[in-house]
Amino acid sequence: MSGAGAGQAHQRAAILSAIRHGLRRGALPEDQAAMLRGRMIAHPRHIIPARTALDHAGLIALFTANAIREFCTVAQIPTRAELPRAIADYVRAQNLPMRAVAAPHPALQAIDWAQEMIEMRFGRAEPSDLVSIQEGFAGIAETGTLLLPSDATTPTTLNLLPDTAIVALDTARLFGPYEDAFDALRAAGAPPCHGMPRNVMLVTGPSRSADIERTLELGAHGPRRLHIVLIGDDATAATG
Amino acid sequence: MQNTSPAFSENVATALHDPGLQRALGRAKKPFAQVRANAVAKLPEFEALRDTAKAIKDHSLAHLDFYLEHYAAMVEAQGGVVHWARTAADARAQILAICQAAGAKTVTKGKSMISEEIALNDYLAENGVAPIETDLGEYILQLRDEAPSHIIGPAFHLNREDWEASFRKAHTHLDPDRVFAEKRDIQAEARAVLREKFLAADVGITGANFLIAETGSSVIVTNEGNGDLTQTMPRVHIVLASIEKIVPTIEDTLSLLRVLARSATGQEFSVYTTFSTGPARATDLDGPSEYHVVLLDNGRSNMIGGEFQDMLRCIRCSACMNHCPVYLSVGGHAYGSMYSGPMGSVLTPAIFGLDQGHLLPNASTFCGKCETVCPVKIPLTGLMRHWREREFERHLTPAPMRYGLGVWAFMARRPALYRMATRLSAWGLGILGRKSGRFRWLPLAGAWTRDRDMPAPEGETFFARLARQERGA
Repeated sequence: MSGAGAGQAHQRAAILSAIRHGLRRGALPEDQAAMLRGRMIAHPRHIIPARTALDHAGLIALFTANAIREFCTVAQIPTRAELPRAIADYVRAQNLPMRAVAAPHPALQAIDWAQEMIEMRFGRAEPSDLVSIQEGFAGIAETGTLLLPSDATTPTTLNLLPDTAIVALDTARLFGPYEDAFDALRAAGAPPCHGMPRNVMLVTGPSRSADIERTLELGAHGPRRLHIVLIGDDATAATG
Repeated sequence: MQNTSPAFSENVATALHDPGLQRALGRAKKPFAQVRANAVAKLPEFEALRDTAKAIKDHSLAHLDFYLEHYAAMVEAQGGVVHWARTAADARAQILAICQAAGAKTVTKGKSMISEEIALNDYLAENGVAPIETDLGEYILQLRDEAPSHIIGPAFHLNREDWEASFRKAHTHLDPDRVFAEKRDIQAEARAVLREKFLAADVGITGANFLIAETGSSVIVTNEGNGDLTQTMPRVHIVLASIEKIVPTIEDTLSLLRVLARSATGQEFSVYTTFSTGPARATDLDGPSEYHVVLLDNGRSNMIGGEFQDMLRCIRCSACMNHCPVYLSVGGHAYGSMYSGPMGSVLTPAIFGLDQGHLLPNASTFCGKCETVCPVKIPLTGLMRHWREREFERHLTPAPMRYGLGVWAFMARRPALYRMATRLSAWGLGILGRKSGRFRWLPLAGAWTRDRDMPAPEGETFFARLARQERGA
């Protein structure tokens, strides 16, 4: 599809021709174009911060420390079987009703939520939902950032509408730099968009603004609280 | 917004005597530099990343035509629509047509400087589509019918009482006697009011920090999450972006993101960095069913290959204005353009013409701080100097300044006379200002000393000292 007809073709041609005039050449010769296409296919990395070169325990520690600094809370449990208890404890501590909307992801749907009396709905978030549970695709230790792609099992609205957002993340999904997490995303996807789902959110802490007199306040338009539950039997339990 | 750059001098006088503005500027001055310095200190690779960032943008601009075409093809391969717009008027018409085709009554908007540049809000409103700004700062400016005074903190010139007064006036459906005990109560009210707007809007318009050629993705960076709600909830998402936002790959984008937040707010990373690629897929449970990109030129292609091409590297972080002694004294409104500070002084004449913006490149002490903090190493003072030369060539320089420059040139071409005159004035002023080291008032320099002190010379000229030192005295 392209924007409306002949007028569009004219505008496009005019912009490209003005750029080429400035660059003092015509359309890029085929050998150079091939080189640039090669660069996109190889998508080379640039400088990767040395702080991300860590072993698995180091990644967990750095991710946790950075996420807490960005006003997340972090819990760690050994296996997925403990997830209902961990979430129930958290929801109770916030004085919230035991009700949540969760991503229709197999790893969350396989869990028996009723054992902790959590009333669970699977699907996208609606404006009335107070608590959401998302399945994290990756965690990035470099800055305590979550990578949350959209698809049929992980809708985007879960990351945005509820006041309290909870993300479950296997510690095996922790990476050092952003580049490693995107490599995992590319490996999971297919052409033509190089593994890019419609929406990929990199989330670093709960929503905030400092627009009023430069004072930082949490809960601008997105979640006021972001709670991360790390699942893996390694290292000591994190708290925050 | 109305460009008032030609009234820069009058705007400055107003700004210097606006106590509310001066209070806001005083609040920002130190933290602006401090937060960036702290973030930079925590990343040893930062300086090297500035070179990387510059190289990525230079590479993208040198092949801009190729990457734009590749980007457009990728967007279209995923069911998105690309609209090419040469001028502001073209972009406005295209956006209105999309809104009308969608039967839109209200449009929510993420923060977009391009939208300010093309004066989109007024145009939509005149044509029966109500635009609603959702960035907290942009929202209150819309309520107050004001222009942004900073490219990322648009309302930083306002004080708490301004927020309270505007909200009481606008939100008439709420209890008029409600109390705003804390600043967070103000924010909570905006959240509640705007949440309804997000859900009701037919179209969401966002800007883009980057467009990725490799994947056909648009990238936005926010802390509030308003941009994400804007592009997720309505049925139609329009991305409004200028052509120089193109970068080749995700990896290139990640390197630029590493310098962006640190240079802007001193954060290691912004809260939400979101990549959007086409409309909702068949199995998606949410997301817009239409995805449009309006690619705006508006004078940028003319900057390619010329002496102002370096300016197209700008990633709109605001570090230059946050460190500019002129900006921090007069704020953003004085510049009369949505682009203020050093980056605005270079960009405004390029986009709106030298007639409109010729005074702004003079709003610099050439201290060069802007260049030392720019994450993509734009030679801002050099570019301002180019504009000053063009201004002089086109006889746009104000008469007193031309006269002054003429006197200076006359002296400078006669070194003996020049040295004698400077020696005399340095000696005289040195004696007169010996006590305090500065002047609060000087004859013929009242306009200067009204708002700042003039430092007193030490009694000796540079040439005299150099000569003395060379003699070994």
